[in-house]
Amino acid sequence: MLKKEFTLSIFTEDHIGILNQITIILTRRQINIESITASESAVKGVQLITLAVKTSDEMIRKVARQIEKIIDVIKVFVHTSEEIVYQEIALFKMSTKSLLSGNTVDHLVRSHNVRFIEITPEYMVIEKTGHKSEIVRLLNELEPFGVLQYVRSGRVAITRQVKEFHAYLMEMDNAVRTAKAEYEI
Amino acid sequence: MTQTTGKEATEMKSVEAELKISEQMITGGEALLRCLIEEGVDTVFGYPGGAIMPIYDKLLNYKERLNHILTRHEQGAAHAAQAYAMVTGKPGVCFATSGPGATNLITGIANAYLDSVPVIFITAQVVSNLIGTDAFQETDIIGISMPVTKWNCQVKRPEDIPSTIARAFYIAITGRPGPVLIDITKDAQTAKLNYSYSKCTYIRSYNPYKPLKMKEIESAAILINHAEKPLILAGHGILISRAEKELLEFAEKTGIPVALTLMGLSAFPSGHRLYAGLLGMHGNVGPNKLTNEADVIIAIGMRFDDRVTGNLKKYAGQARIIHIEIDEAEINKNVNVDIEINNDAREVLQQLIPLVNPASHERWIREFRICDKAEYDTVIKPEIKPESGPLKMGEVVHTVSELTNGEAIIVTDVGQNQMSAARYYRFINPGSLVTSGGMGTMGFGLPAAIGAKTGAPQKQVVAFLGDGGLQMTIQELGTILHFNIPVKIILLNNFFLGMVRQWQDMFFSKRYASTELVNPDFIKIAEGYNIPGKRISTREELKDAIIEMLGCPGPYLLEVLVEKEGTVLPMVEPGASVSDVKLIK
Repeated sequence: MLKKEFTLSIFTEDHIGILNQITIILTRRQINIESITASESAVKGVQLITLAVKTSDEMIRKVARQIEKIIDVIKVFVHTSEEIVYQEIALFKMSTKSLLSGNTVDHLVRSHNVRFIEITPEYMVIEKTGHKSEIVRLLNELEPFGVLQYVRSGRVAITRQVKEFHAYLMEMDNAVRTAKAEYEI
Repeated sequence: MTQTTGKEATEMKSVEAELKISEQMITGGEALLRCLIEEGVDTVFGYPGGAIMPIYDKLLNYKERLNHILTRHEQGAAHAAQAYAMVTGKPGVCFATSGPGATNLITGIANAYLDSVPVIFITAQVVSNLIGTDAFQETDIIGISMPVTKWNCQVKRPEDIPSTIARAFYIAITGRPGPVLIDITKDAQTAKLNYSYSKCTYIRSYNPYKPLKMKEIESAAILINHAEKPLILAGHGILISRAEKELLEFAEKTGIPVALTLMGLSAFPSGHRLYAGLLGMHGNVGPNKLTNEADVIIAIGMRFDDRVTGNLKKYAGQARIIHIEIDEAEINKNVNVDIEINNDAREVLQQLIPLVNPASHERWIREFRICDKAEYDTVIKPEIKPESGPLKMGEVVHTVSELTNGEAIIVTDVGQNQMSAARYYRFINPGSLVTSGGMGTMGFGLPAAIGAKTGAPQKQVVAFLGDGGLQMTIQELGTILHFNIPVKIILLNNFFLGMVRQWQDMFFSKRYASTELVNPDFIKIAEGYNIPGKRISTREELKDAIIEMLGCPGPYLLEVLVEKEGTVLPMVEPGASVSDVKLIK
């Protein structure tokens, strides 16, 4: 089975344990979570969980339906990497002394577009935002200088689709109400 | 100081006002019971314990309106509540205390989940400030029950009880039904709230009422109208959506044969000329074999379980498949289908019936009859009408079927007793089989019989149990004694875990590892519970013994010593295709 990278954007109600319910489904299907981020979405009270996973086309379809079946999940969107704009952020802690020789700092800023968050006589904290591959390339370059700490965030993603989530939400809301009204008649 | 200042006076007034309000206020425990009554509940199965005592204390005040059946184990309460729900069509309700009380429910909850039965499980939890501290009888039942409930929720404040219970009922009974679990802390049971109740009618993130997929229904009708060898595979969804009449009308108009899954049994009359039989591992030859010859398959309210499909790679590849199913996650899960109709079975059938042409498929039906004949001669006749040798499970079920005119509610345990009951009882009334399908829970039968009889007291309830399964929940004989529940128990005793033994015989070179049982004297045990009983072992005694049992006003245990090493056939062996259903071992 050909595995691809997918980003799941899962909009949920703010119900305790929702993340647990989602991961149970992925665990049962033996799908590893590559990265995970959770935050409130643009709609107040609605949480957005962004997961990056590697699996097949067929499996992602099944899993997305199973996740959407969870009572407190409002909507699941499955995206391939082409359909989204996404970023990850990484922080590096380096000893200040190691970076002072030559034009290292100049090179980092120019070719990797990094930001220096904090500089003390002992250490510097460098921030890099980008795709995982860019961050890993930077990590490889920094390693010879001695990386004291390195941390990379989960993926945050914005969809390229024109229709926004709150439009779906309104549609769903109307659909539930009309379907229910019809059902009761 | 005797004089009161103005400020103190107002304070006293507000205290008085508060006291007045608090007189109108009720405890969380009482609120729960009132919520249940609002939802039309009149029967609760359960077992008390420390953390749930405030609820049970209030239950005493409501005993006229809420009949509480005290089982002898929480698992029994869970199965009984499920069976109650299955025969009444109302959600079952089950109480258990925290810790072991709650964990003892898990098998029952999982069983209800896999078979889509609405049961409201209420568990108690330790007081809220002790949660997370490994307190006495504290367990994370929310975490534990998460994968086996449709929804669960912990309540820590009394004022949240009514809205949570309302939500629980709405979720349990709508869409694809299922069990929900509400965990209520002890302090939420004792603290007071200003009670009011309104039913839940809407949840933003959950839409069980999907608009009818008319385009797909029209395409399905075209496919059906052009089919030469169409076959209906109907499941539990027919019974849940009460679509039996529509199924009958649809089948009769189109002349399409109807095969049923185990959970779908009784959704179509067994004696009907269009009845194709039972699907699955021990189902009938015709529907299994001809699944792989049909040109159009109409699957309604069923989920292509592996026990139904056998080897998926060799399953119905030639057929165009229409899947009518309320749970979207079940569509294209196991079998890829051509037309997906994600709606309620009854609503779809109502729309579909006027769109299909009257037809008959006599040549195609004849193929089923040819299979039936081969199966009758090789398997069925020797099983239900043997002339010599030890008693067979099939002939016991067959005799009960004839003596009850197919009108009893049949409850089964799991294994050979279950397959024999499913194969040889001729069901007439919808919803007259209570069995554990998806989970295959041994020990289900006895407590389920209690729940079924409680839900349908006017019906004859006959339970077919094996000697293995009975002993898993045999303590529920105590519940039968206590509440005088007139269930008729038929113990098909072969001194073996029969189905496992059959597999050892067929696939493990007859190496009988831990399947032979040394059994107690079951009649003596029943006697200890004041339940009359009889043990029989010959063909001559069978009919009279069953007549005696059926005529007994109270509960009865009939132990039938059956063939020790009987085999349930036909069989689609594990990993085999449904085409290769075997008539002989």
